[in-house]
Amino acid sequence: MTIKDSIQIALKGLETNRSRSFLAILGIVIGITAIILMMSIGQGAESLILRQIGGLGAETIVVRPGKEPTGPTDVGETLLATSLKIKDYQALQKKSNVPGVVEITPVLLIPGSVSFEGETYRPTIIGSKADFFLEVFDVYPKVGVVFDEVDISQNASVAIIGSKVAEELFGGGEALGEQISIKGRKFRVIGVLPPKGQVVFFDLNDLVMIPYTTAQTYLLGIDYFHEIILKAESAGAVLRTVSDVETTLRESHGIENAKDDDFFVVTQQGLVEQIQVIIGALTAFLSSVVAIALVVGGIGVMNIMLVSVTERTREIGLRKALGATEKDIMMQFLFESTILTAIGGVIAVLLGATLSFLASLVLTVVVGITWSFALPINAIFLGLIVSGLVGLIFGLYPARKAAKKSPIEALRYE
Amino acid sequence: MAFLSIENVEKSYPDGTYALRGVSFSIEKGEFVAIMGPSGSGKSTLLHVLGFLDRQSKGVYRFDGKTMDDYTEEELAHVRNKKMGFVFQAFNLLPRTTTKENVELPLLYSDVKKSEHEKLVKEAILAVGLVERTNHLSSQLSGGERQRVAIARALVNDPDIIFADEPTGNLDSKSGKMIMEIIQRLHGEGRTIILITHETYTAQHAQRIIRMLDGKIESDTVVDNRHIARDSFEK
Repeated sequence: MTIKDSIQIALKGLETNRSRSFLAILGIVIGITAIILMMSIGQGAESLILRQIGGLGAETIVVRPGKEPTGPTDVGETLLATSLKIKDYQALQKKSNVPGVVEITPVLLIPGSVSFEGETYRPTIIGSKADFFLEVFDVYPKVGVVFDEVDISQNASVAIIGSKVAEELFGGGEALGEQISIKGRKFRVIGVLPPKGQVVFFDLNDLVMIPYTTAQTYLLGIDYFHEIILKAESAGAVLRTVSDVETTLRESHGIENAKDDDFFVVTQQGLVEQIQVIIGALTAFLSSVVAIALVVGGIGVMNIMLVSVTERTREIGLRKALGATEKDIMMQFLFESTILTAIGGVIAVLLGATLSFLASLVLTVVVGITWSFALPINAIFLGLIVSGLVGLIFGLYPARKAAKKSPIEALRYE
Repeated sequence: MAFLSIENVEKSYPDGTYALRGVSFSIEKGEFVAIMGPSGSGKSTLLHVLGFLDRQSKGVYRFDGKTMDDYTEEELAHVRNKKMGFVFQAFNLLPRTTTKENVELPLLYSDVKKSEHEKLVKEAILAVGLVERTNHLSSQLSGGERQRVAIARALVNDPDIIFADEPTGNLDSKSGKMIMEIIQRLHGEGRTIILITHETYTAQHAQRIIRMLDGKIESDTVVDNRHIARDSFEK
């Protein structure tokens, strides 16, 4: 008796008991569908969250003045620290110092509100180099232009505003060219950004951006920066770039020992790792729930196979009388349960993929989240292998029971 | 040495009942023997022991010079497959399966090459006159036809001996006659036949009748006036 014969006999057996076979695999189909959905949606969620924290991207490196905060009170100190100056910015810009950097901007955070003809609004106001953010977020003003190096060097009083800021101050009216006032100083609106989806830590729609030089000179009256943000050429270059940044700043500040640093560097990588850990833990938790579902499904298969063995006692006896060995009978029933659940696995993979795809459509079209559909290849393999294994494991006992039946008992059975 | 011999074979069950109480006889190759007796006389148990389907409690049974203990479970299955053919009262065809597939079943458990299956199945079906029913499902066949499929299935591996347990018990007399004609023909071709029946008329198609009563042999006689079944296939 070849494997092929066993498979054919098993297929025939399943075909003969079609509706029962279908009911038997229902539990498995549901369990494996859950696995596929979980892995697919999990992957989608992970990439969504990473993209959002990303926001700025995993390549982003933020340099802040002062000691690295280790408790809540230190944060205030950081805001008051004055150690990042224009010479540091210039030193970091040099390719010879930090070769891995592609973009760099100083950042100033300006507390306060903006107003226009009696309308007042509190957006996020930052002083920076405009093209850094626009490039990182891939936006360009829908009307107007971006301020450039000339505006920066001349401390120009110009501003780029987000769509929500425009809405709040100007209603539906034209914003371009109007004078808005920040801390009593007039700024001309030279660009309005198009509406952009919410990014977790950063809302472009709620942003007012002015040249950092203007912010330093006219609004804050300081000669230092709150942050310097750099973008490394790739996530892989982040570590090396961080060390280059530290070396450059220590040299610029005349610091010899790392513990005397009057600045600190923050990257997104730690956060990314944390998020991955959280998602991993969630997945493990859900997996254990699914595992229980699969055990229940497996017991369902075992039940149906036991019923099948009892119902087919006569057939088993006949096969034995005609020369089937215990092994042949065992193989027949094992193949039946394994093929059965494997078919369930295939159905479940298709079903899970379809559901996940529909979910991504709903999230994207209805909810408005940019959700990308992902079906990890290992989810497919896992689904198929697990379903087959469930059939094999839970088919073992019924198959053994069938194999051990005595031919005369079986033939006598009415 | 006899092809098949049993000596003082007993079969008892754990509850203390006896199905066989010391049975002895031997059968030569090519013999056609009917085992007769009322229900409960032990004739079916005897057939199970002879067909290596069940094990006696006491005594010795030799088939082709060997006892059941000379074989492993797997080898017993092979002996049943290659040397023995079984025909049952209830036909025992697989449901929702065609004539061809039912007849092929013993070949699946044999070491006969796949390429030869079709030829052997065809020959067996031809031997029972069911060529035009080759692709019919068992449920589409009459009782007589089903029993002929069962005989073809018993034949397909070219066994030395055929055990037939009340093969005509569920059939009308015309179909029964047809079955007996086929069985007599198989005997004529040199096969050993052991037929179980409770009908004297059917038993008289054999050469010899062993009558059982209460687990013992009541008589063992040669049939003087054998019935010869023939021409039953004529319409």
